[in-house]
Amino acid sequence: MRPALYNTLAAAAFTLLVLILWQFVVEVGLVNRLFLATPSQAFSAIAERALSGTLWSAVLETAQRMAAGWVVAVLFALLLGTAIGNSENAHQFLSPTLEFFRPLPASAVIPVAVLFFGLTATMSTFVIAFGSLWPVLLATIYGYVKVPRELREVASTLEMGKLRYIATVAFPSASIDIMAGLRISLALALILTVVTEMQASLPGLGYEIFMAQRTFRSADLYAGLITLGAFGYLVSHLLLLAERRLLWWKSP
Amino acid sequence: MSRSWRAIAIPAALLLSWEIAADTGWIDLEFLSRPSQILIAGITGLTDGTFLFTTWQTLEAALFGLAIALVVGVLVGIVLGLSRFSEMMSRPVVESLRSIPSIAFAPLSLLLFGFGLPMEGMIVAYACTWPILITTTAAVRHIEPRLIEVSQALEMNSFQRVTKIIVPAVMSRVLVGLRTAVGFALVVAVTVEILINPRGLGYGVMIAQQSLKVDVMYAYLVWLALLGIAVNALLRLADRERAA
Repeated sequence: MRPALYNTLAAAAFTLLVLILWQFVVEVGLVNRLFLATPSQAFSAIAERALSGTLWSAVLETAQRMAAGWVVAVLFALLLGTAIGNSENAHQFLSPTLEFFRPLPASAVIPVAVLFFGLTATMSTFVIAFGSLWPVLLATIYGYVKVPRELREVASTLEMGKLRYIATVAFPSASIDIMAGLRISLALALILTVVTEMQASLPGLGYEIFMAQRTFRSADLYAGLITLGAFGYLVSHLLLLAERRLLWWKSP
Repeated sequence: MSRSWRAIAIPAALLLSWEIAADTGWIDLEFLSRPSQILIAGITGLTDGTFLFTTWQTLEAALFGLAIALVVGVLVGIVLGLSRFSEMMSRPVVESLRSIPSIAFAPLSLLLFGFGLPMEGMIVAYACTWPILITTTAAVRHIEPRLIEVSQALEMNSFQRVTKIIVPAVMSRVLVGLRTAVGFALVVAVTVEILINPRGLGYGVMIAQQSLKVDVMYAYLVWLALLGIAVNALLRLADRERAA
């Protein structure tokens, strides 16, 4: 047998073993069924909700919420990062203030956002944007700062203006670091989407998990967790795929 | 203008106009409070001990979770690092568990443990296990093969091999993962408190907002930011110690 196939089989067998063990532990009553549904219950709950369509609407709500906050974060981060990364003045004026806000847990701004925007989608967008801003911002600044010296020299020999230099030389060079930041911030955006949904009873996967617990529907709780995991995995891999496409010139 | 003046120019201008706007009644004090009042609320919170008490509750849960994450992450990481087969085999399970945001487990953890330290600590542990597990696996894989050969030549049993060879060899890399985990721990703990768990700093912020003590709420946020800065500074210091 080819080693790759062997490994795949082993991985499948192990996954199955974990699922069987999970099923068994619940079936024989080692844990309270109130806390732990069997995997078969969880997966049939997913199948049921996929057929009735409620699953897709929840996933869509979460995806939209996440995208709204993330896009705002990325736009802000790119603007701020481009300014700070290319201008010593902007760096000296803005960086210290930003450094003060950066260590603040994003969830801690939820109460403030609720005060200003109420339990609305604007609130969730604000919180998600605030929290997922930082990785892109740092990556952007870092990307600009480490533009190779030869490239800078070429730009100054060609007497490029600052904007032209940024658009044609610095940004493409920084884009590799920016992409890495985008990936981290997307993962953060999903976490904060879930948090705001739970906190403000906004529709989506996070809210459904929360409600499943409140009403002791443990099959739905696990179904929600599994769906959320699959969604997170899918989204991060889509971004990775997009990254490879966009940075084709960089790949070996 | 010198560098340090530039650094405080924007915050100073903001704070000053905030205070003036509050004086002239341009802004709603119910939402924004004012810097001087926030400062007083902060000093009160610090002197009457509520800030320190809630900070301790949060740190306690963060440390509890980190301790569990360190043990689980290092042990599982060693197993996965020593055997490529076990890593391949468990990859789908590990990857799918890792994809679930830790905070989504908050309702489940509440169901299992009820309110209090353990439910919060377990979520912190879940979040912090992954960076430690991943760095440990990579670190074990990169152990100098000759070290393993030495252990075989010395006829060490597997327990001795782990404690005498592997753990010391991977220590410095595991600390890198731990550094990431420490950053997670505080954030996750505060988030759980804001969301569900009625204790610690997160709950303090939440309650201040709900009882419309906005000055206390902002004071908590400033305190949280300072705390974050302090933790980061400590980690950087630890990094330098290690490098030296």
